[in-house]
Amino acid sequence: MMCDWIHPGLLLILAGLISPLIRGVWRSIWILAAPIVSLWLIWSVPSVSECTITFLDYNLTPLSVDSLSRLFATVFSVVCFIGTMYCFRQAKILELSAALVYAGAAIGVTFAGDLITVFIFWEIMALGSILVLWSAGTRSSWQSGMRYALIHLLGGVVLMVGIVAYSQETGSIDFIAMSPESLGTWLILAGFLLNAGAPPLSAWLADAYPEASFSGMVFLSAFTTKAAVYVLLRGFPGTDLLIYIGLFMIFYGIIYALLENDMRRILAYSIINQVGFMVCGIGIGTELALNGAAAHAFTHIIYKALLLMSAGSVLYMTGKRKCTDLGGLIHTMPFTATCGIIGALAISAFPLTSGFISKSMITQTAAENQLLLVWILLQVASAGVFLHAGIKFPWFVFFQKDSGLRPAEAPINMRLAMLIFAFLCILLGVMPGLLFWMLPYNVDYVPYTAPHVITQLQLLLFSGLAFFVMLPWMQRTLTISLDFDWLYRKLLPCSWNIAQRNYGSLETRIKELGNRVICSVGLGISRIYGNEGFITKTGLTSNAVFVAMIFLLGYLLFYLFNLT
Amino acid sequence: MKQHWLYRTGTSRKLWILGSIVLALTIMAELFISLHPYFAIERLFSFHALLGFISCVVMIVFAKLLGVLVKRKDNYYDDV
Repeated sequence: MMCDWIHPGLLLILAGLISPLIRGVWRSIWILAAPIVSLWLIWSVPSVSECTITFLDYNLTPLSVDSLSRLFATVFSVVCFIGTMYCFRQAKILELSAALVYAGAAIGVTFAGDLITVFIFWEIMALGSILVLWSAGTRSSWQSGMRYALIHLLGGVVLMVGIVAYSQETGSIDFIAMSPESLGTWLILAGFLLNAGAPPLSAWLADAYPEASFSGMVFLSAFTTKAAVYVLLRGFPGTDLLIYIGLFMIFYGIIYALLENDMRRILAYSIINQVGFMVCGIGIGTELALNGAAAHAFTHIIYKALLLMSAGSVLYMTGKRKCTDLGGLIHTMPFTATCGIIGALAISAFPLTSGFISKSMITQTAAENQLLLVWILLQVASAGVFLHAGIKFPWFVFFQKDSGLRPAEAPINMRLAMLIFAFLCILLGVMPGLLFWMLPYNVDYVPYTAPHVITQLQLLLFSGLAFFVMLPWMQRTLTISLDFDWLYRKLLPCSWNIAQRNYGSLETRIKELGNRVICSVGLGISRIYGNEGFITKTGLTSNAVFVAMIFLLGYLLFYLFNLT
Repeated sequence: MKQHWLYRTGTSRKLWILGSIVLALTIMAELFISLHPYFAIERLFSFHALLGFISCVVMIVFAKLLGVLVKRKDNYYDDV
């Protein structure tokens, strides 16, 4: 192993694994210090450094650093730090420990220089996220965690088969830009897209994340989907298909969020919506668009975490998640409400917030490339984001009819974490240069021009008007919305039940059949290879010598005849 | 407990008036600043305002219609 640098991701994973062994105040210090040390390492590793490890016949490069990977690793470690600050006194140690492993694995993906390393960290990320989810300790988190695990293990298998095929096709495992034109690259793309929440298997996100604990969803929202955005950025920039997949995700997220009643599921759908913007930018593939996708991932992680911290505080203090149970919390939770509103303005890309400087890079590219339809759809989608996340979330939780709930503000560490992220949302919006210098390509883009600010305000404020004009249509109902997961949550179990009812105990029959097949195969094998089997039975040594002699004799005769 | 000022009678009316003034201002601004349109359709006066309003109404109506198809009671999956 040749490496002069400590891997920042591995450091976090180790710190997470060790943390349960530490007690008391030292554990808190350990958990809070780990992401900071990791962040310091991320910035101390020089961009050219590459260390290689030989594994089987492959040269792995687990630490390959450039500006793109450093950008993502930075925001991952920042959200890990602020996320642990948000909940280190309230969350279970399992959740905190798993969250560090999860964050470390996400950082590992961003520094991976080859596909095998990507895959290894990809799977650790899946394990970490499942544990974060399960640490909520409820029955629903257990069940949705199982479904989440199945989908992600499937995605992992698809990705692995893709990597195997790719290395056979090209003889290389380097993680470089590809285009989907062979079996290997298609499967890799499918594996990446599954984690991004792309159709058709996107229901896992809104199914699983809202079942996490009040703080668990903060971690879950940050890593899996954004690591997928990172690998798409590096692996498939400029793939046209991604424009259409991105647009689908954008509108899927808006429409399902509009139908939703659970405040955290609204925010889960809006993750898919926001990742859709990034995927679309990656599909357009110009330097400005890729910068935009990367910048949007950065700002999105921060404002989405802020929104979920605000929703998490409400859940922690009231135990309620449904819009139909909430409302009027502005009375006693003005701080949480203000932070939630700042997050909501940022996700809606209001001027002076971080969303404005990042999302507009993507729409700007569509305009510059004269993609009229894509541009209009992106503008419509921006209006839709304000509708479903920007107004709907704060309105139904903190305002609307007074639910009579009078919870106190969340504990001080939770408020401090929200304050820092709210501050960052505005800081990046006011001083975009702080983010722009970290982007992978040179930024030649000025977000604050008078026409841009005015058109954006028109778009957003009039969509706000539409919300309040249409308010009777927006009233929440005690419902959920069917999705693709209906196939495996309802259709499959129900048809299994019906089949069992109609065909006797189908399950026993299949088991019997299976047993019989296995038994007969086993018998056959033992007949040949068993103790008295044809191949393995013990014979006399003299017989063996006799057979060997016959062979030797034959060889001699053959040799003699050949000579003449 | 004291009602928040937002919940007092009359506040809602004042907010609507204030909101309308802001909306009008964003449109009026277009008279004084040229918008550098990238597409011909953007030359339409108050295009972005119209786009924002109409598209949101369409999305809400579409969601409502789709809701008829896909909405179920929230204990729908509990009895499998």
